[in-house]
Amino acid sequence: MRTSANADSDADARHLLRRIGFDPGPLGDEPPESATMTVLIDREVDRAAGRRQAATPPPDWVGEPVELPFADQGLDEQARRELRRKWMRRYGELQAWWLREMLETPAPLAERMTLFWAGRFTSSYRNVRWGQLLYRQNAMLRRHALGCYDQLLHELIRDPAMLLYLNGQQNRKNEPNENFARELLELFTLGEGHYTEADIRDAARAFTGAKLSPPQGDVELKARQHDDGRKTVLGKSGNFDGDDVVDIILGQPRAAEFVVENLWREFVSPQPDAGAVKALAAGFRRDWRIAPLLKSLLGRPELLTQARQGTLVKSPVEFVVGTARQLDLPTTPMSLALAAGRMGQRLFDPPNVKGWPRGEDWITSEWLLQRRQFVLALAGDLPTPTDEVDDDGPGTKEPGMRKAAKRPMRRQGLAVQRRFGEVGEALPPRGPELELLAFAPVLPPVEGAKPPDRLQTWLLDPVYQLK
Amino acid sequence: MTIPLSGPFSGSLSRRDCLKAAVFSSLLSVPGTGALAAAQTGPRRLLLIELNGGNDGLNTVVPYADPLYAKLRPRLAIPRDAVLQLDEHMGLHPELAALMPMFQQRELAVVQGLGYAQSNRSHFRSIEIWDTATDADVIGQDGWLSRIDPQQQFGRRFAADAVVIGRNPKPASGDDMQPVVMTDTRSFVSESRGVQALEASSENPALRRILAVQRDIESAGHALTAQRPQPAGEFPQGAFGRDAREAARLLIGDPATPVVKIALTGFDTHAGQLGRQQALLRQLGDTLAALKTAFTAAGIWSDVLVLTYSEFGRRVQENGSGGTDHGKAAPHFVLGGRVRGGLLGEAPALAKLDDGDVTPTLDYRCLYNAVLGRWWAAGEAQIEPARYRALDLLRA
Repeated sequence: MRTSANADSDADARHLLRRIGFDPGPLGDEPPESATMTVLIDREVDRAAGRRQAATPPPDWVGEPVELPFADQGLDEQARRELRRKWMRRYGELQAWWLREMLETPAPLAERMTLFWAGRFTSSYRNVRWGQLLYRQNAMLRRHALGCYDQLLHELIRDPAMLLYLNGQQNRKNEPNENFARELLELFTLGEGHYTEADIRDAARAFTGAKLSPPQGDVELKARQHDDGRKTVLGKSGNFDGDDVVDIILGQPRAAEFVVENLWREFVSPQPDAGAVKALAAGFRRDWRIAPLLKSLLGRPELLTQARQGTLVKSPVEFVVGTARQLDLPTTPMSLALAAGRMGQRLFDPPNVKGWPRGEDWITSEWLLQRRQFVLALAGDLPTPTDEVDDDGPGTKEPGMRKAAKRPMRRQGLAVQRRFGEVGEALPPRGPELELLAFAPVLPPVEGAKPPDRLQTWLLDPVYQLK
Repeated sequence: MTIPLSGPFSGSLSRRDCLKAAVFSSLLSVPGTGALAAAQTGPRRLLLIELNGGNDGLNTVVPYADPLYAKLRPRLAIPRDAVLQLDEHMGLHPELAALMPMFQQRELAVVQGLGYAQSNRSHFRSIEIWDTATDADVIGQDGWLSRIDPQQQFGRRFAADAVVIGRNPKPASGDDMQPVVMTDTRSFVSESRGVQALEASSENPALRRILAVQRDIESAGHALTAQRPQPAGEFPQGAFGRDAREAARLLIGDPATPVVKIALTGFDTHAGQLGRQQALLRQLGDTLAALKTAFTAAGIWSDVLVLTYSEFGRRVQENGSGGTDHGKAAPHFVLGGRVRGGLLGEAPALAKLDDGDVTPTLDYRCLYNAVLGRWWAAGEAQIEPARYRALDLLRA
């Protein structure tokens, strides 16, 4: 354990890194060379902005052609079962791919921002069914995660997974399907109260005719199915297409505020400061560049005062990835993806179009107990969870995985426990909990506890849920 | 008349004494809107049963007298002579034989045609609509049961506002109600072991919430391990029977909670429906009968309302794999000592289908409003009561 004259700023660096990435680690390491907060923020944002694609190689099937419809109709029972098995296996591979990137990335903020957008501009493997398209959407979101918001929206309206998820395929001239247009205005860009039903109707008409074209799966505009009549959207009239609607949305002052408020809730505090949001939004809408916005937002003094009080709740993904990173545990990406799923956050499968729960909604009796189970298993106080997971998650109950996978999972579980014990033993007698927790634990210390038990107690502490 | 009580105060108590005690205790407690209703007997409990996957209503409550039924379902129709007749048109699936005595005693209401306008065929979306009691195009936040504030409603505290055993806590989740959720009670008890209920408070709302949920976990774990009265009678083998038994254990005696939700899974019968639904309905019928036995023995059959629901019914026409695909309306069951039994609502009109489905003729919120407005007398908690008039399915 280092003794530093800069103890306060070391602690603040940890607060910051925990807020904008995953728990900083490994535990006991030097923090970034006594840099000022501004330097640290710039470094993290620049690093994330420069990482426009994942380094982890994707599953080898992401380039496979896409056919529509997803053909499970008309197959016999046997073929259906096999298709379903393949589908679930691929779901697991996709989750593990993203989780590995989160574990290994030197730019955690890039992952947090990708996750942020994936939780806002939602699509689910369950409905989209083509893993290729979900991968492609993830690559698109991460390419623009800290790039330009206007470009991100223009990409979003031609994203094939989004097209399938929100019924864009069924949106035709004279038979509009409003699903995408409604969510675009309500959940993605402006929020309730900032548009009318008439805006949705005409915006939906502007998006008509987009079709996914196999086998590459690109979205193309079919002129014959596109409604090229006059539309009125948010006070503007003309023969609009989807790109025009995006530009009209971006012309609304609310558009920038909406993004800033959501980023504020993600990184700063549960209640955005209205004045600060307006000021940040005014700068943001000039060029829609996300990285400079983030630098200003993360530099707000509230971020640190709130972080020292731990006013935000870690999401399940932050909880498991942060734990594995800071304790440098040899866990597999798949086991962590499953664990996060049991706590309520399945990657590539948000529960509905609103995305995953946020903030305090993560705190339910079931999910809190799952977090507890996860920590107990790290220390070997539980059998390692294997394949029994909730009953409605694709990829979580893969048949055939049971027997074959149990032995390696057990071996891996033992390696994790060994490492957990080592980290626990190596901790100094005094003070390491303040590197793990936003503030002092609320659970009373266990008298005479062995070092690994002390470590476990801190990870079980309510404060460990907070950041 | 005496009713046997089991548990820590085993012995017997006359009905009048029970009443007197209850009236007194309600005078001492803060009378909420529901406290008066509850003063009649014990707190009025609800057991909600989700039939997960979309139960095929047409083969559950069978329109056996309609010639179209056998015609549209050449392989799947339940033979007319096997059906348990409820009246001259409708009858129960033969595996639901255990429900017949309750129907005859008029303690089972069969509510037909339940659904909503613009039905959604997605499992996830449709169950969310049922759980949050919204229109099809509105995404709701809170479960419909959280429209009551349990503490105010019952004028007292329970170990848990609501307990959800198994999947999907949505109907009982909201700002004023946080259910204790458990995969099953046995693992909950073992998982909750060691969770500390800290009385500490905090300025930090997130921490406060964690501490509150930990206290809920601890008290529910405690209530489950405590010496609770055991439900009388046998429950069917299997997970559902076990969950139902646990539900009964939480509800009898001094209840650990006023609301329990359990689920029976497997109703998504796209293929090989006959055998699969048969096994499921047998479990359902036998379990409901076992619940009645247990609640009756505990003297609370009139204090419990049991309600089934499901995301949707299934298509009328069978598919090529001996199954049925997602449909719209379906019948559901309401049981209890205070239920005014019988066949309610309109029988499915097979000649007037809605895009191949049984047309919803009764909005599901009329059923919910009967629970909120009549069972609990929480009038203000009802969902647009002028539009969805509460069903009249309780005895005065």
